[in-house]
Formats: sequence, structure tokens, C-alpha cells
Amino acid sequence: MAGPTQDSRYVLVAMSRRRPAALPTLPQSLPPAFAAWFAARGWRPRPHQIDVLEAARAGSHVLLIAPTGGGKTLSGFLPSLIALAERPVPAEDAPPRGVHTLYLSPLKALATDIARNLMDPVTEMDLPIRVETRTGDTPQNRRQRQRETPPDILLTTPESLSLLLSLDGAPTMFRDLRSIILDEVHALAGTKRGDLLSLGLARLDRLAPEAVRIGLSATVAHKVPLAAYVSADGQGGNVTLIEVADPAPPDLSIMLPAGHLPWSGHMGLASAPDILERVKAAGLTIIFVNTRAQAELLFQDIWKINEDTLPIAIHHGSLDVHQRRKVEAAMAEGRLRGVIATSSLDLGIDWGGVDQVIQVGAPKGVSRLLQRVGRANHRMDETSHAILVPANRFEVLECEAARQGVAARELDGDAPRPGGLDVLAQHLLGLACAAPFLPDEAFAEITRAAPFAAVDRATFEAVLNFVENGGYALAAYERYRKLFRDFEGRVHVRNARVARQYRMNIGTIVEAPMIKLRLGRGAFLGEVEEWFVSGLTAGDTFMFAGRLLRFVRLRETTAEVAEGGSGPPRVPTYAGARLPLTTGLAVRVRGLMSNPESWPAFPEPVQEWLAIQRERSALPGADDLLVETFPRGGRWYLVAYCFEGRNAHQTLGMLLTRRMERFGIGPLGYVATDYVLAAWSAHEPHDIAALFSQDMMGDDLEAWMAESSMLRRTFRNVAVVAGLIDRQMPGAERNRRQVTVNSDLIYDVLRRHQPDHILLRATWADAAGGLTDLGRLSGMLQRVRGKIHHVILDRVSPLAVPVILDIGREHVQGEAEEDLLAEAEALVAEATGEEHAENVLARSPRFDLRFT
Amino acid sequence: MLDPAGAVFWPAASMLIFADLHLEKAAAAARRGRLLPPYDSRTTLDRMALLLRHYRPTRVVALGDSFHDEEGALSLQPADRQRLALMADGAAFTWVLGNHDPALPESLPGHVVPDWAEGPLVFRHEARAGVPPEGELCGHHHPKASVPVRGLVVTRPCFVTDGHRRLMLPAFGAYTGGLDVSDAAIASLFPRGPRIFLLGRERLYHFQLARGARAA
Repeated sequence: MAGPTQDSRYVLVAMSRRRPAALPTLPQSLPPAFAAWFAARGWRPRPHQIDVLEAARAGSHVLLIAPTGGGKTLSGFLPSLIALAERPVPAEDAPPRGVHTLYLSPLKALATDIARNLMDPVTEMDLPIRVETRTGDTPQNRRQRQRETPPDILLTTPESLSLLLSLDGAPTMFRDLRSIILDEVHALAGTKRGDLLSLGLARLDRLAPEAVRIGLSATVAHKVPLAAYVSADGQGGNVTLIEVADPAPPDLSIMLPAGHLPWSGHMGLASAPDILERVKAAGLTIIFVNTRAQAELLFQDIWKINEDTLPIAIHHGSLDVHQRRKVEAAMAEGRLRGVIATSSLDLGIDWGGVDQVIQVGAPKGVSRLLQRVGRANHRMDETSHAILVPANRFEVLECEAARQGVAARELDGDAPRPGGLDVLAQHLLGLACAAPFLPDEAFAEITRAAPFAAVDRATFEAVLNFVENGGYALAAYERYRKLFRDFEGRVHVRNARVARQYRMNIGTIVEAPMIKLRLGRGAFLGEVEEWFVSGLTAGDTFMFAGRLLRFVRLRETTAEVAEGGSGPPRVPTYAGARLPLTTGLAVRVRGLMSNPESWPAFPEPVQEWLAIQRERSALPGADDLLVETFPRGGRWYLVAYCFEGRNAHQTLGMLLTRRMERFGIGPLGYVATDYVLAAWSAHEPHDIAALFSQDMMGDDLEAWMAESSMLRRTFRNVAVVAGLIDRQMPGAERNRRQVTVNSDLIYDVLRRHQPDHILLRATWADAAGGLTDLGRLSGMLQRVRGKIHHVILDRVSPLAVPVILDIGREHVQGEAEEDLLAEAEALVAEATGEEHAENVLARSPRFDLRFT
Repeated sequence: MLDPAGAVFWPAASMLIFADLHLEKAAAAARRGRLLPPYDSRTTLDRMALLLRHYRPTRVVALGDSFHDEEGALSLQPADRQRLALMADGAAFTWVLGNHDPALPESLPGHVVPDWAEGPLVFRHEARAGVPPEGELCGHHHPKASVPVRGLVVTRPCFVTDGHRRLMLPAFGAYTGGLDVSDAAIASLFPRGPRIFLLGRERLYHFQLARGARAA
């Protein structure tokens, strides 16, 4: 079945552009007015839309899992539209009714768009339904009106829901709630925003127990935890799972750069001419890349050769929101031929006419690749086409592995992790702001949210205690507690100021300190992280928003820039921008490499590369750990082919170099890629099996992690979310600086004096997941025990070449800030020839300052 | 002598000098509704005690903002008060007043002065504009500096000096942030371009800054 019946979102956006198809029969459960509306357009509802309608009518929660283009959004709204259409008109003197349907989306822009699209059926069927959005951008007068006379359908975000729930009018506003639609629920479950939303839902369940939840999700690996997330009891009870079969598998091809196949690098710039050719050959192409820096560089390179001046734009999360909206609008209107985008276009509305998706650089995971590929041709039954463009040899292996993973429908991604205690702290304060509560009732309520189902009472009390008085062993703040308890044990918020502070700090997204970029005195271009700007001096050139910019000066939190400039430009990078290779894909890559029978799938240079590797050294096995050691340039190198992703390798590198230190090998540094870890040392590494033994995850790890900047960053986020420190408000920055306390300093003090504090516990829980990937690392060490294959070589092996080339580009780990400072100091002295007495003195431990 | 912990020891006068201790800053934040860990005074006092044991000075000078606010000197926990009293047993304490603590209670051990002169040096909280006629030690601005190293930027508190007349100390308190030395408030005090000494774990790192420029 082709044409406009395919996707309701698409239908809602573009109904007038498509010709009606032949009209099949309509299902019984659709009321006549709706049946007529569908019929007038020559569409009929899809089976799962009717399934959702019937399940919701029967009072069951629903988890609808459908691939992109599955008509999910209309599935969610159809039950509400019908119920609202059939609702009797209230008596003249009846009090205003509360919100009937609440729609929650991870993106503000999505809520706004859906609201616009919903107006089509509402106006065309002349339904008595008021649809409104509520986000951070909603003007004050409309917020006020929404509180007095709530709309029938309210579209909002998790943060705005928390805010609404903390107001004392919340019980009235939500008492008539009958339906909650959770859009893109797969993108929320397992994140802190998802944690916040789950607690808000638990609250709504108390205010309106009859409300039915409808979760809308893309195809995912972990359905059971997602059903639990949608359920009202946190266990998956009373949830009907409705799955839509996947469409025809996407057609993926791999495109190599003409000529030489690069050994290393991740940008894929060598393929720019081929990418441009493909853009020319299609209507609208989305070119997905992995980092914002890559987007900027590729954009520059493509425009250098874009002689036909095809309209090709750039889209990433740091660009000013108005610039992004302009690009999206141009896409929707068909004015663009290409968009170079990061994950900023992974989610969100459908733009209809995307004809082709090109993924430049490694896809990193099957689920993510499917999501991106699904952006093209939002018609479910047609094959979507996508091109993978590997940037180097290892990425060729990864692209091939991903292609096979997609064909086998092997979805990846982590199961949702337990909810963050910092989010719980924020929510408990919100509960108190709404109305006094009994701890017993609150505990029962929050454990009905799936992410917090496993929280024990002692932990709950510790979190509540933290909100109440800081939870410090030193009882210093009796007088300043934020909550107090009445004689019945009800918890109250202490005063209006505490409530105001809460409302100012709702949310779980903590931005790194950002600096706005402004072109002269004119337009804002977007934001970059503060540390990047602090490394610039006037006249430095850098790339942003596809332009070449010259840094002029920093004024408060705005950097003034000008067009143009000379000298090699820098590209802003962003902490934690790169996703690690998923486990499933890593297994496939190892399998492909170790089995020469699968090699014919690879291009010639790759086959040759692997063959020489087999001859000179050995191939990494499907199940073992290949470790090579070889001398080079007066140093010894150790390369371990772990394939566990960059994050796990970083952690391993730290642990391994500490152990090498103890073994007297004299480690000098290490660098981690998604595939391998390379460490170099003064002496030849020995006892490789002992070096990699599993007990390395003992005390070294804790000591290193506690000191690492990664843990400090994590603590900062936790402290902001939990309400210990205020988030930085744009504009207020300058005044705040004097009153805010640097979170690093708090971290040091707290760790020393109360290492078991609840916020430190929350910090560890966060850090053990994402950035350190401890689980994956320990899994690998266990798996390869007794299976370490050590090969001693007299020179670098073919497989090791990419990482050795990377050493020059990546920041070398293992060098402490202290060494770097000493190096910078020596460099300056050398460059200026300043070797006078003061410098010599400064390098002695203490400096004698003489006043004359 | 500049100590990498962020204090100055003057051997000739057996004097140890600290700036901007900001004791009881957490308690002050708590009064405004931010329940920061209340261990900051303890941490600062312990760090002071370590230096006192090392240098065994006969006099200790605190260059103002020793308490984060006027209530601070009264709100010290008994254990912290004890720590301070122990230190004051072995050395004479001079508390220079700062903008955060324009007055201090008499119960504080040692004596309280608006500023302090000894030999060729004057000790005050905030530097006076212009070139000081005598050697001047001051605090107030919490100087810090950022040095780009290998694509990273390392930011640390630092000493700032013109080399002969003025020395600005970094803040010593546990919860004290900083102001970048390139900020006009600091830069204008060092018109010929300051020398800075970044605090390190065991030593200081010296950089000469160009006039009105950023670090290194």
C-alpha cells in the first residue's frame, strides 16, 4: 500500500500534496464523523491505530512500537479526539473542565509542530477541542489562562510538566485527565529527563488514576523495561504491547573515497566530492555525521567544490535555535538539496521529502543507524536507501558489520539504568512545593515509577534528608532547613523562597558553561563551550555555523566575532560528543576480522591489509584478546585489540598504565580509540597476562576515578539537578559568579569529610555507567582470561598503524595537569629566551620574592 | 617566600600571610537557602594549621575577608573555634578587615586592624590604585589564571605581582572561586603586565603576561 495512508504525521503535514488512493472499508470502531473524515481524504486507518483505540477504550495502557513512518502520532491522539468529540457539552454554569489529554515530547519544537498538525482534523471535523502547548517559551498571560481554563489537549515537555505539578492548582488542572501520550518514549526512558518524567507520571496517577498512558516508541532492543516504564505500577502491569512489523529492510551501500583508503582520521573529508555527486543525483539528502566539529569541516569542504551552488545547509545542536528553525523550514518547503546534520536531526518531526540519507563516519550502533536511515522516505512499505561512508579502514569493517547487523535486525543499545537519586531529590522538593506530603505516601508513589521501583526505604530517607537539611553528618543547618514536618509528620516546604528556587531550577539538563557567539554587534550565531573560547586570543580563526570566523573579544558571556580571518582555523569540539561503538557491533567486527571467509565483502585494500596483518602478526580472534608489543623510536608500544569502545578503553588505559608503573615498565602515555588501546613505555612490557588480569579493577580504579575530571563534571551535574547549587542562568552570570561556589571545591570538601554522602553515591552511580563503561570493561577482562594472545614484533603491525597515527592528534592521556603546566612554562621560557633569575627561582619549590 | 598552598611566608619577620579565608561561607550560603557541605571552615583551618606547623611563624596576618560575613565569626562550630584557638596559642594573629567582614567580634583571638604595616611593607585587603610607595601585599580579587596547554586549558588560582612593589595573593578559603587576571579589575593594578605564579601541587608555575593580555 503506497501513498498518503502510510503515516499519519506525514498525512497531517502534507495531506494536500498527495492524491487520494482507492477507498477500502472502514473498521467498525471508528465513529461516523471520523470515518467520513478519513474517507474524504481517501485514507483508512491503519490496523495498529485501531488496535490502540480499542485497547485505550478498554482502559489499558499501551506501548506502541512502530518504525519511523508508522503513523504513531495519530495512533496516540485518535482515542482522545474521538472521546473529546463524543463528550457531552457541559452545563452553562459548570466549572471549567481540566485537561483531558496530555502530550509529552522530548522536544519543544516537536510539541509545537504536533499542535499545529492536530488543528487539521480538529477544524475539518469542526470538533469542540482546544489544543495548546505549554513550554518554557509560553508567554505569561497564556500560562495564566491555561491555569484558569485549561485546554482540552495540552502539549508539553517533561520540565514544564514538573513545573505545572508543583503549582497548587495542579489537582484541579489534571483531575479530568483521561489520556497521556508519551512521544518518542524510547528516547526518554533511561535518561535523567525520563526519570523526571516518570516521577511526574506517578504524581499524575495520584491526581487522575483513570488516565490511560499511550507510549509511542521507535523499534527498540529492550521492550520489557520500556513497557514497565509506560506502566502505572512500574512493573509493566496492564500494558498492551502493540508492535508494527518492520518495513522492508533498508538498502545500505558502502561508498569508499576515490583513490587511497585512509589509515586513520574520522572526518571522512576525502569523500566530499563523492558525497556531492550523490547529493546532485537526489532530491533532498540528509548527510549525518558524528560530531559538530565534523559537520563544520565537511560543510566547508563540500562548499569549496560546490560549483553549482546547490543549496546545502548545516544543522547542529550548538547553532542558534532560530538558525536551526530556518533550516528545518527550508527543508519542509523543499528549498534545500542537502543538510549536513548531527544527532540534532535524529529525532523530531518528519519533513516528508527526504530522498536519501548518507552517514559519514562510523555508524557506532545498529539502532542508531536504523533511526537515521528511517529519515529517508517516510513511507513504510518502501525500501529506504542509505549510503555509508567510512572515513578509515577500521570504519570500513564497522560499516560492513553494521550493514549485516541491520539485515539481521540486531538492535542494540543499553537497557534503561536505574533512576538518578539527584532527580528524585529534585522531585521530592517539587512534591513539597505542591502540597504537604506524608513520607510513607511519597515513598509508595515514587516506587511506582519504573526507574525508582527498586529504591529502598533507607535510600529514600537519605534523599529526603538531603532535601530537608543537606543530609550532613555535621548537623550545622538545623536553622536553615528547606523542609519542616508538622505534628502529623507531613513534610512542608519552609517558605516561598525555597519554592521559587525550586521552580527556577527544574530540569535535568545541565549545560557546560556556554559562551554565545555574536557577529559584531549583530546576529547571534550560537554557542560554544567556555573552555574553547578561553583558549582563543584576539585574531584567532575558527569555524562555526559553516563560516570562517575571527575572534575579536570576550564580553561577559558573549564572544564577539567577525567574518573571515587568516591562519589555520580551529574547530570547536564538545565534551562527550562521541558515542562509543556498541557491544553488538563490536562482536560483529571481531567476527568479520577473524574469519577470512567473510573478507570478500570488503574492498581490496582492506582485504590486503588484513592478509598482511595475518602474515606479519596475528588477527584478533572472535573471542580472545590480541596484544602486540613492539619497539619504535626508542620506545616500546603495547597495542591491545579490545573493541570495547572508546570509553571503556580510556578507563582501561588508566588502569593499565598504573599497573605498568608498578611492574617497572615506565609507561609514558596512552591513547584510546573505539577499537584499540595503545600505551607506550620506556621499557619492554612483560607479563602481559598479569598486566591484564581482572583484579586491576580493584582499588586503583576508585582512587583514579575520584580524582578524575570526569567525576568532577558528573558531580557538578548531580549537584545542580539535586538543587545543591543553582544552574547558571544566561545573563545573570556576572552577578552570580560572586555568590556561586565552584562545584569542584565542594566536591573536594565533601569527599574528604563525608565520603558516603548521598550526592557522592549518586555521582558514582552515574559515572560507573556512561563515561567509564566499567561493566563492559570488566566483562571483557573476564571473557579473555586465559585467552590473551601476546605477539612480540620487531616493528609496528599493519593493524596498529591507525592508532599510532592517532597518537599525534589525540590528547595524550596519562599526563597530569602538573606536567602540562611545567611543559608550558618551559616552552614559554625557551621561546622568549627569558632565563633570568626569577624563572630559575620559580622552578625551585618555593619562590623568594624580594621587594625593592 | 610564596608557598604553593597559596600563602606567603616572610622569614625576616617570621610572618605567615593568608588572604580571603572566607570562613563560614557555607553557613552564609545556607542562610540564603543553599545547603552546601558545612565542612569548609574545617578544611580551611586544617590547611592553615599545616602551614603553621611547617613555618612556625610568630605572627599570622589575614588580609581581610577572613569571614564570609559578619555573622561568620560567631557561627563557627565549637570544634572549629577550638582549631583556631590552638593556632592562636602559638602565633599572634592580625586580622585585617575586608569588605565582607568590615567588623569582627572581640572574642576572636588576636587583634583586628583596618590595615597593617611592618618594615617596608603594608598589608591591606584591597590594593590602592596607582603604584604603591611601599611594598604592598593584598588580596580581595581572588586572582586565577588560565594557561592553554596542549589543547587543554588549565585554570588555577595564582599570585600576581609587578615584580617589586605589589603582590596580590590568591584566596585561601576552601570555597573561594576566582577572577581571571585578565579582568580589568586586576589588570589595571598591573599596568606593565603582571607576572603570575600558578599554584601547583608541590611548586609554582611562573608566567609573564603581556600588557592587558591573557595568560601565556
